[in-house]
Amino acid sequence: MLRDGPLREDLMPEVLPPEDLPPRGAPRDAARGEIDRHEARAAWLLSLPTLVLMLLLLVLPCAALVALSLTDAELGVPEMHFLGLDAYLNLLTDRDFIRSFRNTAVYVGLVTPASVVLGLVLALLIEAGTDLRAFFRSVFFLPVVALTVAMASVWQYLMHPSFGPINLMLKLVGLPSVNWLGSSDIVLPALALIGIWQAVGFNMVLFLAGLAGINRDLYAAAEMDGARSAWSRFWTVTWPMLGPTTLFVVTITVINAVKVFETVATLTQGGPAKSSDVLLWTIYQEGFVYLHVGTASAMAVVFIVVLMALLLVQTRILERKVHYT
Amino acid sequence: MIGRLSPPARAARLALLLLLAGIVTFPFLFMISTSLKPQSEVFASGLALVPQHWSAAENFAKAVTRIPMARILMNGVIVCASIVVFQIVFALPAAYALAKLRFRGREIVLALVILGLLVPIHAISIPLYAAARSLNLLNTLSVLVAPFTLSVFAIFLFRQFIKSIPDDLILAARSDGLSENAIVWRIILPNAWPAASAFAIFSVVAHWNDLYWPLISISKTELATPPLGLLFFRAAEAGDDYGALMAATVVITLPLILFFLAAQRLFIEGMTMTGLKG
Repeated sequence: MLRDGPLREDLMPEVLPPEDLPPRGAPRDAARGEIDRHEARAAWLLSLPTLVLMLLLLVLPCAALVALSLTDAELGVPEMHFLGLDAYLNLLTDRDFIRSFRNTAVYVGLVTPASVVLGLVLALLIEAGTDLRAFFRSVFFLPVVALTVAMASVWQYLMHPSFGPINLMLKLVGLPSVNWLGSSDIVLPALALIGIWQAVGFNMVLFLAGLAGINRDLYAAAEMDGARSAWSRFWTVTWPMLGPTTLFVVTITVINAVKVFETVATLTQGGPAKSSDVLLWTIYQEGFVYLHVGTASAMAVVFIVVLMALLLVQTRILERKVHYT
Repeated sequence: MIGRLSPPARAARLALLLLLAGIVTFPFLFMISTSLKPQSEVFASGLALVPQHWSAAENFAKAVTRIPMARILMNGVIVCASIVVFQIVFALPAAYALAKLRFRGREIVLALVILGLLVPIHAISIPLYAAARSLNLLNTLSVLVAPFTLSVFAIFLFRQFIKSIPDDLILAARSDGLSENAIVWRIILPNAWPAASAFAIFSVVAHWNDLYWPLISISKTELATPPLGLLFFRAAEAGDDYGALMAATVVITLPLILFFLAAQRLFIEGMTMTGLKG
C-alpha cells in the first residue's frame, strides 16, 4: 500500500469537472484588461517552478520512454536500431513477458476481491458497535504503516517450510506442510496473502469513511418500510449507498496490486522458475539487470497503458452506474 | 448499523473483531518474539512466543552493526523530509494558481497534471536513471529526492482543497496590498493546513516504503534508505539467522509505527482524505 506500490499518487477517482471559472473581483471594464494581465502574470510566475519540473521529470522522460521503446537500445552498447512497432509485436511473442503479465493478473485477481470484501466486513463490524472502535481501527491499520520490505521478511519466516509458524500450526491441526514461497503453484497465492494482509486495513478505513457519509435517517426510513433485520437494511441502504466508495476501493486496490514489487523483490525474485515474475519485476530485470533498455521501455509503455485502461473502465462505470449522491 | 446492540450481539462483535485482530497482528507478534530468540530456538522452539534463553542483545547488536543502521534510518528521515518539503513548496503556488487565478494555458497545466497522475515513477525510471547517470548523480542522496520534488498528486489535492476557500478571503488580502505570492504563504497555507498535513503523512509513508527507485539508483550501503538497507542486510546475512533479521525488521519498522501510534487520528484521517480525494 502505501505500500505499495509505493505511490498511490497515480490514482484519480474523479475526473476534473468542466472548467469552472475562478473568481475575480468585479472591476470596471476599463481596468479589467490590466487586472487580467496582472493575474495571468502572477499565475505563470507561481506555476513556473512546477512547469519546469513537469518538463524535466514528466514530459521529457515520457517522450524519451516512447522513443526508446521503439528501438533495441541496450545500455553501454553504442549503436541501436529503430524497430518501430515491431518492438511491441516482439512483446506479444515474448513468453517471459506474457507469463509476467498473466502472473500479475492472477495476483490482482486474488488480492482485489479478498481485500475489498474483508475491508468491508471489518468496517461494518467496527461500525456495528461502540466498544473499542478506535482500538480496532488502529490495529487493523498497522500493516499499512509497516515497512513492506520488513514485513515481507517477517512473512518469509512465518512461511518457512520447516520451522515457520504457519506450517507448525497446520501440523498442529493435522494438515500437511506447504512450501509457500518455494513451489511454483503456491507462490502467487502466498504473495497474494501478504498483499491482502497489507491492503485490508487501508480498504477498511476507506469503507469507514464511506459509512460515516451515509445519512442515518435512511436507516430509520428503511426500517419503517419493513427492512427489519440488519441484513436487509444492509442490502437496501448500506450497499447501494456505498456504491461510489466500493468502486473507488476496488480501483485503488487493483492499481496498487498491479504495482506489486517489494514482496517479489524481497522474497522470490520472480522465482521459482519465473512463476512469480510480475510486470514491475520483469521491467526492472530487463532494464536494470540485463540492460535491455529498449525492451524494458516498451514493457513500461504497456504498463502505463494497462493502468490507463483500468482508470478508464472505472471512470466509465462511475459515469454510468453509481450516482447516489 | 443503528441503535444499540443486544448483549449477545455485542459480545459476538467483540469476539469476532478480537479474533481478526489476532490474525492481523500475528506477524508482528512473531517478529518481536523471534528477534529475542537465539538461533537454536528459532529452529526448534516452534510456536512458543516467549524465548527460553534471551538473545535480544546479540540479535539487535547484529542488526545495528552489520549495516550502518543509524545512518540508514537518518537517510530515510532526510530523504522523506526533503521530499515532502519540496513537494509542498512547489505544489502549493501552482495549485493556488490553478484553483483561483485565470490565465491562458491553465488547461495545458491541468492536462499535464492528469498525465502525471497516470504515469507512475516506475514506468519512467529508465529515462530518469539515464539522466541521473549522465549527470553523475547516482549514489547520492539528491538522486533519491530529485525525481519526487514534483507531486502532481499534491497539486491535484491542494487545488481541490483551495477551491473551497472563500474568494472573499483572497480579495480582502489583495485589497490589503498582499502580493499573490504572499497570499499563497500567509493566507492559503494556513487555510489549507488539513490538506497539507494529510498529504505530508501520505507522502512520508509512501517514500519511507519505496524500494523501486532506491534499488535502481543506490548501490552503496551507507546511502541506502531503510527498505534498501534491509535488502543489504539480508544479502550480508548468509543462512537463516532469523533472530538477527527480525531484530533488523523491528528497528526499521519501529519509527513509522511509533509515529503512527502517536498520531493515529491524523494518520487515518490523512490517509483517508488523500485516498478519497486522490
